[in-house]
Amino acid sequence: MSESTLPGAVLAGVGVGRGAVWGPVATVRPAPVAPADEPVPSDPAAAKRRVETALAEVSAELRGQADRSSGTVKEVLAATAQMADDRALRKQLFTKIDQGEPPMHALNAVVADFSAMFTAAGGYLAERVTDLVSVRDRVIARYLGLQEPGVPALTTPSIIVAADLSPADTAALDLEMVLGIVIAQGGPTGHTAIIAGQLGLPCVVRVTGATSLVNGQEIAVDAAAGTVTVAPDDSLKASMAARSAALATLSEDRSDGATSDGHPVQLLANIGTAEDAERLADAAVQGVGLFRTEVLFLGQATAPTEDTQTATYARALTALGGRKVVIRTLDAGADKPLAFVTNPDEDNPALGVRGYRLVRTAAPLMDTQLAAIGRAAAQTGGEPWVMAPMVATVEEARQFAATARAAGVATVGVMVEVPAAALRCRDILAEVDFVSLGTNDLAQYTMASDRLLGSLVDLLDPWQPAVLDLVAATAVAGVELGKPVGVCGESASDPVMALLLTGLGITSLSMSPSAVPGVRFILSRHTLAVCRQIAGVARAARTAPEARAAALALVDPEARQVLALD
Amino acid sequence: MSQRTVVVASRVGLHARPASIFTQAVAACGLEVTIARAGEEPMDASSILMVMALGVACGEEVVLEADGPEADRVLDELVTLLATDLDAE
Repeated sequence: MSESTLPGAVLAGVGVGRGAVWGPVATVRPAPVAPADEPVPSDPAAAKRRVETALAEVSAELRGQADRSSGTVKEVLAATAQMADDRALRKQLFTKIDQGEPPMHALNAVVADFSAMFTAAGGYLAERVTDLVSVRDRVIARYLGLQEPGVPALTTPSIIVAADLSPADTAALDLEMVLGIVIAQGGPTGHTAIIAGQLGLPCVVRVTGATSLVNGQEIAVDAAAGTVTVAPDDSLKASMAARSAALATLSEDRSDGATSDGHPVQLLANIGTAEDAERLADAAVQGVGLFRTEVLFLGQATAPTEDTQTATYARALTALGGRKVVIRTLDAGADKPLAFVTNPDEDNPALGVRGYRLVRTAAPLMDTQLAAIGRAAAQTGGEPWVMAPMVATVEEARQFAATARAAGVATVGVMVEVPAAALRCRDILAEVDFVSLGTNDLAQYTMASDRLLGSLVDLLDPWQPAVLDLVAATAVAGVELGKPVGVCGESASDPVMALLLTGLGITSLSMSPSAVPGVRFILSRHTLAVCRQIAGVARAARTAPEARAAALALVDPEARQVLALD
Repeated sequence: MSQRTVVVASRVGLHARPASIFTQAVAACGLEVTIARAGEEPMDASSILMVMALGVACGEEVVLEADGPEADRVLDELVTLLATDLDAE
């Protein structure tokens, strides 16, 4: 047992959400890697027989899984089994082994060749690379006598522990059995964190030492503190239980967001699918502040048709039953590539043709989407607000507003994620009805720091003074023009930041639904004047930690305790 | 050497389900069958990876070849398969 897994050891990371939970560890096994010093087999014929056995076992296992599945999953698994049976794959592999290559290196090389062909073909084939790579990983595990990679089958409620989780891993989780998530990599705005937030699961990312935790070991996860405690004692469990109970009480309050002296701040939810919208039917949120429509497009070989999109948007509008819904048009590119539009040759995709910029290369995508939104609004009698991501200039805002209004959208806005848009927000806001701040991307572009790089997490802190200046500039433009300015980045879910944003004049806060009760509670404990004071002291600070400390010092002590803000 | 030319009828092209059905039929026939676009290098038609990598779209022509006494019968059966929309079932 290493030092970091002794009872009482505390592993530090970055927390997502405010919850706390304890339970047994269930580790997600990483994909095995062929050893760099894999020897050349002395008996190639015997090596080929071992490889053949591994391929046959993997194929048989996939076929077994296919037989127990139905529909598309069954077909995908059966086709994946066929890949493990493939004659051309064997022929190329065995030729390389005969030529004296170490077997697993030969397998890597052959799979890399096929993957390159599939990737070059794009579309449907590019997505089959994942299936082929999963065959390779399973064969390597069998050949080396290791456990199969991936998510274990959970029989008891557990805390998932992994180096990192791929979207496929996350999709494979049996959520009924997941108490919380701990990962060694990732970042607070990464994919795993966002999904955990939506599901209301306590999650800690960037946990040093997470990979030394072992199956069955009891750990406590405190998302508010960003810590993982090994073998928690009874007093820690008792204090976590008390906090969970206090948080549960907060979630019984269903009132609209407002400061203690009645200044309204809309509390909205971020969603990605029509199913997410349906889960909000009974939730105490005033609507949806960000509907990320790219989820409809990701993983598809071709763009969804206008009819498919219309049906999805109509379902979401119906589920929200007249509450506000802000739909964001397709935000593809960079970390969210799409097979049918993303140019894989861009050297710097975060600064490339992404978000609204796709109208330059694929205008019909936007036209189809806006037409579908217009039709869904007409069908349901809903009045969706629609905004475009990654707008940098007045011309882009004007062009988007004209296109959206022509498609029948009544309320048109743009996102402020690029510093250029924040600095010139007065001019941009003159062209549209509202703006919404995407603080994750705004921090990424202001601080020139990739938001997916966990090692730069301090630079991506939304409390960075330069980021706060741009948020303030945007809020001031809204106050001057009398137009709504929302925040739909993760920073809206930080209760202390929520007070600061309210003090700056932000009119709505959109976050994962599980974060709403904490923000509603803290707003109700402070006057607008105190929020303005908090904004003032934070903006006067010279560093991110000083800014948060100055703000926190003005927060009501009881709110600090209940929300574990210290 | 027997040879047939056929237009692929499946709407999605020779991908996914159609590629899976076709390569299984080739493997089951017991003969060495190749598939190629006209004028291009022939590939092992029983390999789902090779057939998918060919990237044949709906309406494209492919050439099938095989040797042996059963070749004509087998190729006729495979031609019928490719001339059917295998994705429609």
